[in-house]
Amino acid sequence: MATFDVVKRDAPKARPALSKFSWAWLGVLPFFLFAFMFLIYPSSTIALGSFQDTKTHTFTFQNFAHLLQSPSLIASYWISIKISLITSIGGGIFGFLLAYSAIRGGLPRFMRSSLMTFCGVASNFAGVPLAFAFITLLSPSGVLTGWLKAMGYNPYFHGFQLYNFWGLSIVYMYFQFPLMVLVIAPAIDGLRKEWLEAAENLGASSFQYWRYVAFPILLPAILGTMILLFGNSFGAFATAQALTGGAINLVTIVIGSQLRGDVLGDAGLGYALASGMVVVMVIAITGYTLLQRQTERWLR
Amino acid sequence: MKRGGLVWSWFWMILGILYFFLPLLATFLFSLRAIKGVLSFKAYQNLFVTTDFVTNFSYSLVWAIFTIVVGILIFVPTAYWVRLRVPQFRTAVEFVTLLPFVIPGIVFVFGLVRTFSHPPFLIVNSPALLIAAYTVLSMPYMYRSIDTGLRAIDVQTLTEAAQSLGAGWETILFRIILPNIRVAILNGAFLSFAIVMGEYILAQYLAKPAFAPYMAYLIQQKAYEPAALAVISFALTWGCLGIIQLVGRGSQQAQIAGGH
Repeated sequence: MATFDVVKRDAPKARPALSKFSWAWLGVLPFFLFAFMFLIYPSSTIALGSFQDTKTHTFTFQNFAHLLQSPSLIASYWISIKISLITSIGGGIFGFLLAYSAIRGGLPRFMRSSLMTFCGVASNFAGVPLAFAFITLLSPSGVLTGWLKAMGYNPYFHGFQLYNFWGLSIVYMYFQFPLMVLVIAPAIDGLRKEWLEAAENLGASSFQYWRYVAFPILLPAILGTMILLFGNSFGAFATAQALTGGAINLVTIVIGSQLRGDVLGDAGLGYALASGMVVVMVIAITGYTLLQRQTERWLR
Repeated sequence: MKRGGLVWSWFWMILGILYFFLPLLATFLFSLRAIKGVLSFKAYQNLFVTTDFVTNFSYSLVWAIFTIVVGILIFVPTAYWVRLRVPQFRTAVEFVTLLPFVIPGIVFVFGLVRTFSHPPFLIVNSPALLIAAYTVLSMPYMYRSIDTGLRAIDVQTLTEAAQSLGAGWETILFRIILPNIRVAILNGAFLSFAIVMGEYILAQYLAKPAFAPYMAYLIQQKAYEPAALAVISFALTWGCLGIIQLVGRGSQQAQIAGGH
């Protein structure tokens, strides 16, 4: 091929290859240096550390083996995954219904823009203040608990707890469903009115329209966004830390206490734990990106 | 739209509104109860007379301002240069800017502490590290805002026009490109501001005074003052995103992973 190209080429230029070499790439060097120094290098330290023996610094799979042998660490992954699954599916369904109601549900037009604004704020409102907001609302002496008590219903007599798994799930929902609304809205917008009309003209029932038209089109977007929500709650730390004071066994909480003082008693194990998180996040974000690409083919 | 559908729409909407407002309402009401039996702004007063609040809040302000400035200085020239001269780096640059989404905050700070707490890079106690880390955290939003802004203007023509009038690179960047994408930059700046003001993990683990760690500390100590802080914090987030709405006319961005 190469020789063929040469044959096809025009007469040589007046100023040959010498000026071809470009220094233009130097312009993006500061950016890559910065990213390498403060993002890539520190992150790769974790990856390297997880494959390194703490004392001898030789290559080993020992850290991951220890991780898999520790029931409490496996449990922490499991709890993190469980809470992420529950809040991504729950938040995803609720967020979708909300977005669909506002966009196609026949509500006044201003509802849509206000919903978007609220969701923009709520998805950014997380961490310590969010945890505290729910403490004032739902703790045993909280405002809503007080109202419910006055109506003769004390949720704490019916097994409700704010500082455990389910309580934390309720708090996570606060930043999960708004993110769903924001990300899924363009997909719902892309659902053309003509498709509904065509289905109705052909005699489809509302169920049939959803089952055979709208749902298959929206499915990749819904799944993709739920995966994004999964990652969103899987990496969350500040909210859980502030709400439970670190009493809940999430991976992020374990990493947090490992960082404060070597609670695992094994530095390598901490690295392996953190690397495992990144692996889960990479899978989640990749899944989201792939499904999002699928959606974009439809919605253009 | 059928009748039944409309009823359900209202149902979900009202549920959403309740979910959104009840915690805020509760926090606000609670923050007014500092004096027994009457509603007052005593908790807010208490905050502003303690130097702790003012100090921590000012620190966060300083971190935010530095983060925005550093972000602009790094990302504007990069995004500009990628558009103008080296489009072959576009994929690589965009990939790097999205990396903070893949690395959870706690893992990120874990890496920073492990990397920078021993020679040759012993800077774990330097404020510069915190600012660099914040810049990384805000990178996905800042870079994307700037890049969107650049897409809307004709970078090539503006640059050539400026060059043919004899402008140097500084003039082009700071007097032509920057003013032309100021809305996009403001957008990114306010989002970064909201992120830094609410950020807990980095400041906590790099042991620097900031708003969110102070609030976490105050929750252990007091009852009403943290409620007042939560209200202030919410107002800040609301303010930042409100300004973005105003200047950007409705473009929406959501934060993921980093600050939660």
